[in-house]
Amino acid sequence: MDKPKINLAVYWGAACGGCCVSVLDVHEALFTVVEHANLVFWPIALDFKYSDVEAMPDGFIDVTLFNGAVRNSENEHIAKLLRQKTKVLVAYGSCAHMGGIPGLANFTTKEEIFRRSYFDSESTVNPDKIVPVTEYDMPEGKLTLPKFYNDVRTLDQVVDVDYYLPGCPPQTERLVEVFLAIVTGAQLPPKGSVVGARDKAQCDECKRKKTDNKLIKKFYRPWEIQDDGETCFLEQGVICMGPATRSGCGVRCIEGNAPCRGCYGPSPEAKDPGAKMMSAIATMIDAKEPEEINKIIDQIEDPAGTFYRFSLPGSILRRKICK
Amino acid sequence: MDYKPTIVAFLCNWCSYTGADLAGTSRMKYAPNIRGIRVMCSGRVDPTFVLKAFREGADGVLICGCHPGDCHYHEGNYKCLRRYHLLQKYIQQMGIEKDRLRLEWVSASEGKIFAQLVDEMTNTVAKLGPCKIKEVMETLT
Repeated sequence: MDKPKINLAVYWGAACGGCCVSVLDVHEALFTVVEHANLVFWPIALDFKYSDVEAMPDGFIDVTLFNGAVRNSENEHIAKLLRQKTKVLVAYGSCAHMGGIPGLANFTTKEEIFRRSYFDSESTVNPDKIVPVTEYDMPEGKLTLPKFYNDVRTLDQVVDVDYYLPGCPPQTERLVEVFLAIVTGAQLPPKGSVVGARDKAQCDECKRKKTDNKLIKKFYRPWEIQDDGETCFLEQGVICMGPATRSGCGVRCIEGNAPCRGCYGPSPEAKDPGAKMMSAIATMIDAKEPEEINKIIDQIEDPAGTFYRFSLPGSILRRKICK
Repeated sequence: MDYKPTIVAFLCNWCSYTGADLAGTSRMKYAPNIRGIRVMCSGRVDPTFVLKAFREGADGVLICGCHPGDCHYHEGNYKCLRRYHLLQKYIQQMGIEKDRLRLEWVSASEGKIFAQLVDEMTNTVAKLGPCKIKEVMETLT
């Protein structure tokens, strides 16, 4: 007899759509997926309505891949709804895991974002000073929009999360591995685990030439230097998040001659990727006098944005203090 | 003044903790606002510790280590110095005032200097008022 199919849902919160595309990137394996699973909800690909999800009994969905951060009331509402309807909720991708790129908005406030988007930006023409409101009465009836929050939150800051599958976007191969583990009934790791990634840092998988004695006299932006294609980026003075980032992506960026940006989140021992990176970088700076140290550090244009590019809301200091 | 700041101090085992001890055994009076944490070396102070202290409600963080050249482990205090400068840049980007984080060298014989340092930092932080980061964390929406 055929094994019963599992019910699978994929949802996007504050996301770019890349995570959903990474699911589509299974290509022909999608047929294997639908052999084992009913896709019961997937806004980017299939026409289901929120009311369809609301009509499902609790725990009806076996696995939900939730990508995207929680940015507005709609994201929050659906996160809570899906949590209620789902047995295994997976925070899929950097945004659901640590906040991701949308999480960089925690360097500013809702007011600032609205001011920039609806008034100040060079391409904005808004003579009537119109800004979105959550409710508006029209002759035809009331129109509503989700509420835009001041802070970006990770999925686990809003609902209970079973697993984390990191990456921007996650490597499709890792997703297939995890999916097959679920449908074949393999022993699942303990709740709260990061799945679809390895337990070591990027540096352990990186094939570039490294020495133990890394000394940096000057930092370069990637475009300021001719990469030799084989020496460790840090040893060339280019900031690479490798030491503070979990492996599992197959060091794709570095293989493509671009330094790691840290989308897989911190390695298991490091709770805060930026703190780990500051610790690692400081060890490498080749100076002992405060003035000289500061001169070198000043070459790092934006430490907070660089070290927390994908992880600001999930880091220790989740947002900037804005007056 | 009603407001009493809380300052977390990471003190290296070999110089600064002993210096703080000297201040105590010599019965020097200084502000009671610091919570001293003994670490083996200022180089052991992971930036995570500092960030966590702020997040949990510290109004200031003081790191003390051996004078340059005197580190028990040769290089630890230099590593701390570089981390401190990086952290300074980072916390300012996060909206935390620079005077809330301080790194000073205190040797085992400098009990008096330690006492003065604590008084001085307590004053500075008291003037700044409570650090807002904890409050901001609690009101995220």
